[in-house]
Amino acid sequence: MNSARAEEAPVITGIGITAPTGIGVEAHWSAVLAGKSAIAAIERFDASGYPVRLAGEVPGFDAGTAVRPQRLVSQTDRWTHLALAAAEEALADADVDPAGLPEYEMAVVTSSSSGGTEFGQREMTALYQHAPSWVGAYQSIAWFYAATTGQLSIRHKMRGPCGVLACEQAGGLDAIAQARRLTDGGARLVLTGGTDASLCPYGLTAQLSTGRLSTATDPERAYVPFDAGARGYVPGEGGAILVLESAAAATARGAGPGYGRVLGHAAGFDPPPGSSRPRALRRVAEQALRAARLDPADIDVVFADAAGVPADDRAEAEAVTALFGARAVPVTAPKTLTGRLYGGGAPLDVATALLALRDGVVPPTAGTLRPAPGLEIDLVTGAPRECALRHALVLARGHGGFTSALVLGR
Amino acid sequence: MSRRVVITGIGAVVPGAVGREAFWRLLSEGRTATRRITLFDPAPFRSQVAAEVDFDTAAAGLEPRQVRRMDRAACFAVVSAREAVRDSGLDLAALPPERLAVSIGSAVGCTMGLEEEYVVLSDRGRKWLVDHEYGVPHLYGYMVPSTLAAEVAWEVGAEGPVALVSTGCTSGLDSIGHAVQLIEEGTADVAVAGATDAPLSPITSACFDAIKATTPNNADPEHASRPFDRDRDGFVLAEGSAVLVLEERTAAERRGARIYGEIVGFAGRSNAYHMTGLRPDGREMAEAITVALDRARLDPTDVGYVNAHGSGTKQNDRHETAAFKRSLGAHAYDIPVSSIKSMVGHSLGAIGSIEVAACALALRHQVVPPTANLHHPDPQCDLDYVPVTARDHSMDVVLSVGSGFGGFQTAMLLARHGSAAAAAGRSGS
Repeated sequence: MNSARAEEAPVITGIGITAPTGIGVEAHWSAVLAGKSAIAAIERFDASGYPVRLAGEVPGFDAGTAVRPQRLVSQTDRWTHLALAAAEEALADADVDPAGLPEYEMAVVTSSSSGGTEFGQREMTALYQHAPSWVGAYQSIAWFYAATTGQLSIRHKMRGPCGVLACEQAGGLDAIAQARRLTDGGARLVLTGGTDASLCPYGLTAQLSTGRLSTATDPERAYVPFDAGARGYVPGEGGAILVLESAAAATARGAGPGYGRVLGHAAGFDPPPGSSRPRALRRVAEQALRAARLDPADIDVVFADAAGVPADDRAEAEAVTALFGARAVPVTAPKTLTGRLYGGGAPLDVATALLALRDGVVPPTAGTLRPAPGLEIDLVTGAPRECALRHALVLARGHGGFTSALVLGR
Repeated sequence: MSRRVVITGIGAVVPGAVGREAFWRLLSEGRTATRRITLFDPAPFRSQVAAEVDFDTAAAGLEPRQVRRMDRAACFAVVSAREAVRDSGLDLAALPPERLAVSIGSAVGCTMGLEEEYVVLSDRGRKWLVDHEYGVPHLYGYMVPSTLAAEVAWEVGAEGPVALVSTGCTSGLDSIGHAVQLIEEGTADVAVAGATDAPLSPITSACFDAIKATTPNNADPEHASRPFDRDRDGFVLAEGSAVLVLEERTAAERRGARIYGEIVGFAGRSNAYHMTGLRPDGREMAEAITVALDRARLDPTDVGYVNAHGSGTKQNDRHETAAFKRSLGAHAYDIPVSSIKSMVGHSLGAIGSIEVAACALALRHQVVPPTANLHHPDPQCDLDYVPVTARDHSMDVVLSVGSGFGGFQTAMLLARHGSAAAAAGRSGS
C-alpha cells in the first residue's frame, strides 16, 4: 500500500459489533475490559459427541429482530445476519446516511473465511435426503463468499467497487487495506470488516481436521495463547463491521478523525511447509510500520494473532521481540474471550484496538497466566493497563501462511 | 512515473482444452466444449449439460500427494499457474519471494471436495451431526477457498501478498484487477493472478436448477450455450481455470519478455439492485466501462473488440447490450462483440480470467473469437456478435466485462504492447 501522511490516512468513523463478547460496541468493550469470557459450551447444536465442545457464540442474537429487511433472515446464512446487524450499528455509530452520499463513491469490502457453512449443510442435507428439487432458491445466494458484501451493497445502495477477500484469518485486515485503497482512489466511504459463523456440525468437523483446536474442557483455560499450557484455540462466530471514510470526506461532514486512522498495512505469505526460510510475520509487521511511516518506538500496543498453538505462539513472540526488543511493547490478545472468529477475528481486533486507543487502556489477555518460558513479550494479563496510546499494531495469520499487519493511529 | 502492468505468461485449463495453445485453437475454430454431464449422474436435474474439462492429473504433471490433498479447483489452478510461469520465461527463483504476489479468484472455492466429504461424513445426509472421526486431514482446506491461493503460492514460491478474491462471477476479473493494483502501487513486482472454479457437482446443479438459471436444453448439449440468440434459455455451467503472469512493464521490457498486452484500465461497480437480477438499462456496468476507459485515458472509439459476459440468459444479454450502447455510444455498433461462454460455458468465478486470457490471445493473434451457436439473433440484441466463425480483426484495445450474483459489474481494458493506446497512460488506480 502506498504510504501517505497521517492526516491523509482514512479514518474509522463507525463500529458495529456482533461478537461473543456482546452485541454492540459498548457491550463488547465493557466485557473486554472486565475480562469476561464468552467461551462456553456450544449451544447451537448438540456437540457432546465431538472432541471440541466449547466455542464463542454470539449471545442472544435474534436475527428476526436484528436483520432488516426481514426476508433476509431466510435468504441468508447466519454469517450474513451477523454482518447485516453490525453494519446497521456501524452506520448509526458513524451518524452517516448513505442515501445522502454519491452512490459510486461508497463501497463494501468484507472478508469471509468459509461462507454460509450452516446454510450449505442444510441444503446439502435436503439434496441427499430428498431430491434436487428440495434445494431452495436461496442456496445460490447464501452459500457463496460474496453473499455478505452483495447484501450490504444492496441494503445501503453502495454502488462503488465492492470486494471480498477470503484470506482465511488474515483476510479481515486485507479487506480493510482494500477499503483504504478505494478511499485513496476517490471513494468516500467503505463498509468493511467481516464476520464468520461456521458453528454447525459440518463446520466444526472441518475445523477439527486442522488439529489446531483445543480439546480442553475448562472454558477459562481452553484458549490460552503464549501460556505454557497452550493447547490450541477455541472457535467462535461473529465479527465487526467498520465505516471507513476518506479523511477529506470525514472532515467535510464534521466527523473528524473518528476512532482513529488506518495508517499502514502489509501482507505476506509464509514459505512452503518444510522450507528453511523465515516466516513472514516479522517482515510484514516491519513493512506495515514503514507504510505508516512509523518506527517501532511509535507503537504503543500490539494486538497479537495469538494462535494458541505453541509453535506459532513462539514464532509470533520472536517476531515481536525481534522488531521491538524484549518486553519493549505491551502485547495483548483479547480474542481469548471470544475464540477465533476467522474472517471476523481481525476486524474485531481492529475495533478493540480503536477502542483501546480512544480510552488509553490496553485490555488484558484473559485466561493466559503468563508467557511461557522463553517468550520475551510484555503480555498484558489479568487487568487492563492504562497508558497513553498513540498507535496500535494489529497482527493476523491465516491457515496456510497468510500473514497481515495493520497500523492504527489515534 | 506510474508503474504499468503487462501480461507475459498465460496458462489455461478449460473445457475442451488443457493448455494455452489448445485453448486458442478451440476458440479460433469456434468449437463448443459443452456436453451431457459425465462427472456425476445428471438424470435427476433440470439442467443436465455442462462444459467439462477432460483432466488427467498425472498427464497434467501433478504428484500423487498433491492430488490427494487438492480439490479439483486447486488442481486446475496449480496446473495453470505452472504453465503461465513457464510461458513467461521468468526465472521466479531469481526474484525476491516477497516481491512476488498471488491473486486467485474463485466464486465457490472447493465445492466438490466439500460436497464429496459431506456425503461420506453425513451418510448421504442422514446424520446432521456428521461423523468427525472419518474426516480427511485436508477437510478444512476444502471449507476455506483461501486454499486455492495458498496452493498457487506454494507452487510458485510467493511470499508477497497472497489473496483469494471471491466476488461471485466477476472473481476472475477482480482477482487480476487486484494483482494489477498491487504491482502499480509498488507492493509487488510480479504477480501470478487468475481464477479457478470446479463447481460441477450435484449441489451446484441443484441450486442453479432452483432458480432456473441454467439451460434445460438437454436434447442438444453441444449447442446449448447460445448467448445473444433468440432461442437461448439459460447458461451452461462449466469448470476451468486461467492464470496469468503479470509484470511491471519496464522490468518485462528490460528482460525482453514476450508481452501479450498491457492492462490499462480496470473498474468495478455494483448495481445494489438484486442478488441475481439485473435491470435492463445496464447502468452500473456502463459506469464501470466508462471509469475503466477514463483511467486508461482512452475514448470509446479506441475500443476494438468487446469480450462480453454473454452468459446466455435473456436478462444478461439485454443488460449488457444496453451497457455497451450506454458506455460506447454509436461505436458499440461498429465493433465486434463476442462471448466465449458459447464454447467453454460459464465457469462462475474462473471465467473472468479465462476471458482475459482469451483477450490477450486475441490481441496477439489479431483474431476475434466467435459467438458459437448464434444463428437467430435476439432482435433486442442488435450489435455485431461475431456469429459462429472467428474473424481476423485489427485491434489495439480490447474490453472484457463481467457481471455476477451479488450485483458486481467489472470492466477491464487490455492494450496491445507498443500501440498508441498502451502509451496513452494510466492514471493508476
